[in-house]
Formats: sequence, C-alpha cells, structure tokens
Amino acid sequence: MKAKGTVVLGVDPLIIHDDYHIEYHHSYAQDSPFFVGLSQGKLRGSRCSACGYTFATPRAHCMECGAPTEWIDLPLTGRIHTFTTCYYGGELFLEETPFTLILVEFEGINTLFLSRLKGCDPSTVRIGQPVVARFAKTPSFKVTDVWFEPTGP
Amino acid sequence: MRPVYMISGGITKFAKAHPRKDFRLMVKEAYDYALADVPRLTKEMIDGAVGSYFSDHFTRQLKAASMVQDYLGLCPKPSKRVEGGGATGGLCFQSAWEAIASGRMNCCVAFGFETMSRVNTWKGNEFIALASDTNFDFPVGGFYTGYYAMMVQRHMYEFGTTVEQMAMVSIKNHTNALYNPYAQKAKRLTIKDVRESPMVATPLTMEDICVMSDGAAVCILASEEVAQQVCHRPVKITGVGSGSDAMRMADRPRGKVILLPHESEADYRHLHYPGVHSFRGGRMAAKLAYEMAGITNPLEELSFVELHDAYTSSEIQTYEDLGLCRYGEGGQFVESGAPFMASIEYGLELPDQGRLPVNPSGGLLACGHPVGATGLMQAVFAFWQLQGSIEKHLGNDQLQVPNPKRGLIHSHAGTGTYITVSILEACE
Ligand SMILES: [Zn+2]
Repeated sequence: MKAKGTVVLGVDPLIIHDDYHIEYHHSYAQDSPFFVGLSQGKLRGSRCSACGYTFATPRAHCMECGAPTEWIDLPLTGRIHTFTTCYYGGELFLEETPFTLILVEFEGINTLFLSRLKGCDPSTVRIGQPVVARFAKTPSFKVTDVWFEPTGP
Repeated sequence: MRPVYMISGGITKFAKAHPRKDFRLMVKEAYDYALADVPRLTKEMIDGAVGSYFSDHFTRQLKAASMVQDYLGLCPKPSKRVEGGGATGGLCFQSAWEAIASGRMNCCVAFGFETMSRVNTWKGNEFIALASDTNFDFPVGGFYTGYYAMMVQRHMYEFGTTVEQMAMVSIKNHTNALYNPYAQKAKRLTIKDVRESPMVATPLTMEDICVMSDGAAVCILASEEVAQQVCHRPVKITGVGSGSDAMRMADRPRGKVILLPHESEADYRHLHYPGVHSFRGGRMAAKLAYEMAGITNPLEELSFVELHDAYTSSEIQTYEDLGLCRYGEGGQFVESGAPFMASIEYGLELPDQGRLPVNPSGGLLACGHPVGATGLMQAVFAFWQLQGSIEKHLGNDQLQVPNPKRGLIHSHAGTGTYITVSILEACE
C-alpha cells in the first residue's frame, strides 16, 4: 500500500482520520491496543479469561463463552492457512494489484489472521508455508501496518 | 403457526443496466406481472409488504423501500425494509412468511431490487467489500472474490476439489440460462473457456464469478383461505431455516460438524469444521428447514434446488452444507452429473445426469445477482417449477423439472454470515 499520512485525533482510544467520500472520526474503541501494538512491532491477540480460547484477531469478549478477554502477544511467525493472489479488486485497491492475501495460523492460537503476503513470487505460495510478520516503519494505524513474508518454502 | 402459501411471483429481466428504469419502476413491473397472474386478488386483500435491497451506496437513496411502497400504491399499509447482505432476498421472503404464519397478515407482498449499474464494477466491488470487517478485513484489500478464493483454496487442499469441477458448475448454469429469457449472461462454455478467461483471484476466473445486475423480483404470500380464494395452483412453504457465522472468516472455529439426520459423526472424524472451507450457517439453515418440512434425506426427497452460486466454488461448498452429498464430496457431486438438467446437452460426460437439478434457472452465475432481488428471484423460479408453469412464464419448457414435488431455495450473505433455506412444495 502507498504510504499515506494519517491524522491522529486521539490516542485513548486511538482515533484516526479516515475518509470514504464521507469523513469519519473512526474510533477503534476497545480494539485500540491492537493498532497501537502494530506501531510498536507487536501483534496482539486475545485470550479468554474464563475458557482459555485464543483469538489471533483480537476481540474484547470471548465468542465462545462471553467472558472478557485479556491481551496476549502473538508469535511473529506462523504458517499460511490459505491464500489467493488478486488480479482485480475494489476500486480503492485496483492500483495495488496483483497482491496476495493470506490467512495466517499461529501455533497454539485457535483463530486466524488476515494479512498480505509480500516479498515472493505468487506462483510459489503454498498452504503450510512458514511466514514472518513485518511492520511498517511509519505507522498508518491501520491493519496494513503489518504484513507477512515467507521464511522458507 | 398457520400454513403459508406462495400464490404468485414476478421478475424483471436481469440486465447489466436498466438506465431507463429506476428501482421503483423495476419493482412495479415485477409486481404488475405477479398481480396479472392472480386476477382475483384485489388491492384490499393485500395486508402489507416487506421490501429488500442490500446497499444504500448503490441506490444513493436511503429509505428506498418507502418510495417503492408508495409507487405500488400500498400506502398506508404496513411495510418495512429487510437487509442482510447477499441473503437480503431470502430474509425478505422469510419475513413475509412470518407475517402470514403468525396470523398478523393474510396476504403479504415481498419485493426486492438492486440498481448496481450506477457505479463502475470496481467501485461496486468496493461497496460489497464494505460488508466485511472494516477494521481488520477491508483495508487489507477488501474484495469478496479474494475471500471466496481463499475459501476454495482450502477446500481444494482439504478435499482435493479441482478447478475443472468448478468449471463444470459454470458450464451447467450458463447453459441452463440459454432457456431462461430473464437471465443476463447465458452462453455455452467448455472447461477450457472457463479456465482461460481472465484470472480474478487464484483460482477463480471471470467465468467462476457472478456479475452485477439491475433487477427486481416480487413474491406474493398468503394464508390458506386467501390462497384457495384467488390461486388455482398455490405452492405451500413447508420449511424455513436460517443460520449465521462470524463476520470475519479468520474467526471461524475448527470443531465438529453439525449433523443432518442421514449423517453420522463417524463420517467426519478428521474434519475440522467449519474452518474456512464450509458454511456452518448454511448447514444450520438447512437443518432447521429440513426439520420443519420433515425431510430426512434431501437428495432423495427434493426435486430441485435453486442455490446462491455467487461463485462456482460456493455452489460446490453449498451442496455439502445442504447435505446433497457429504462434506468433501461436492466436487465429485458435480462431476457425477447429478446437479445437471436431465434433458439438456452440456458437452460433458455425466454418468448420473439429472438426479437432482441444481440451479435450473441458471443461478446467480448466469441470471445475474441484483442483490435484493436475488433471493426472491429464486422463489419465483421455484414457484413456477412447482406449479408446472415454466413454459407459460419462460416461453419454453426446457427448464421444467418433470413432476416436481418439492424444491429448496437458498440465499447467502457475506462469507456465510447470514444464510436462509426455504422449502416449497407442490399442492395435490
Ligand atoms: Zn471464553
């Protein structure tokens, strides 16, 4: 993604300036620590305080039992659960095609994380391939502040 | 709950663009067609309406269903809008069913529409992708074809499903549509044609994906008393079910299969379910609808299916959710020829051709997918099938399933977030 300056309107919760024809003051609310974490090179998930279920994409309450979750640091390495290379896309992303989407699985974590795979030939991508997280040097406070690259075949 | 009947239906031709008609006029055309089919039904007998359209962005008009309500002359009768992504039409149909079943109404109009032509295809794809999590999914490259491509990659990995099997779905639905004048994109294709058309998101090509449409559809539902009074051949709605799943595919659990009566736990000892390869909400919808309709073996007890084939891959995934075959066998199911029409030539070797026709109309792949109308379009085709009136409405009888007893319609949103299944039966 092209680097774009992001206007930060508040930090607790983290509120950034976003636009989609309409201008929003978009609050990440209870998910804010995840996006702050990306700016510090951390990938933060959730663990249920009651049943222990773990979420690679964070949520403040457990989807299984409803109890509050606590923040955990995810490993920065995982494996490709599934993938695709997009040659077309929504208008906002057309200029970035082709790009590769992956769902990442992490050892010992119950759910997955959607991200982009960079730094490789799309034709070599396969399910089970090991990947490592990379972080944007200049944060946009968006989920694209993290992406993955292969560490092996 | 009272018995509920469908007594009439109407659709506009689905087209890439209807620049001369706004959404009100498209619905009006479908509505007038439906009314003409039941001339004894008077306006006084209609108690209210439910309207459906997916996106306020496409319409560039909030409260658009109110504008349809007044255009149809149905004010001040009760009305509301139902919205549930791609399942909008199916949810609208079931909402009208609820109005009759509860006794609140004796006759209810379900109308749906979408005007997708007013933005370019890629802006349209962006609008649709806004129906994915806008914090965690959309910014990564929000594109529904990409999401479905990831699902089928996993389906191929788990079960050995092939792109050639997916291409067979495309051939089937586009060929069926040659006999459906309402369809947008009918044509003959080969496996090679499908695979060599432009790649959109690996492994899905342009011919694996439905197109955007302008169109409208109307269903009229009624109590037994009204149905007997005005309709010579009503169709009974004997089962409704719906289900849901987490908005983000990444959040789908990997647990146990929700079993249908003809399945056992031993069938799925090693399957982590639903993962990203199956639609748990679709299985739940089917299970509830089958229970209400008393269906224990869908492959044996259904005469045809109209399902939400936004992608060739999702038709294969849905065979499994509906229990037409076991999980993992969807690819073999299409290869067997079972979901093809018995009397149509497809240019393929099909050993079990026509056992249970799926998408005789051509489905979304060939009819088009004007979102709010789609689930209702399926109901209209199913209604005409069960009435035995396909020839009257399509101008030819090629797509008439012989002596159909029971049909299933299936409407599907997001990556499987809302799904409806309804069962319709011919009356003796
Ligand atoms: Zn829990």
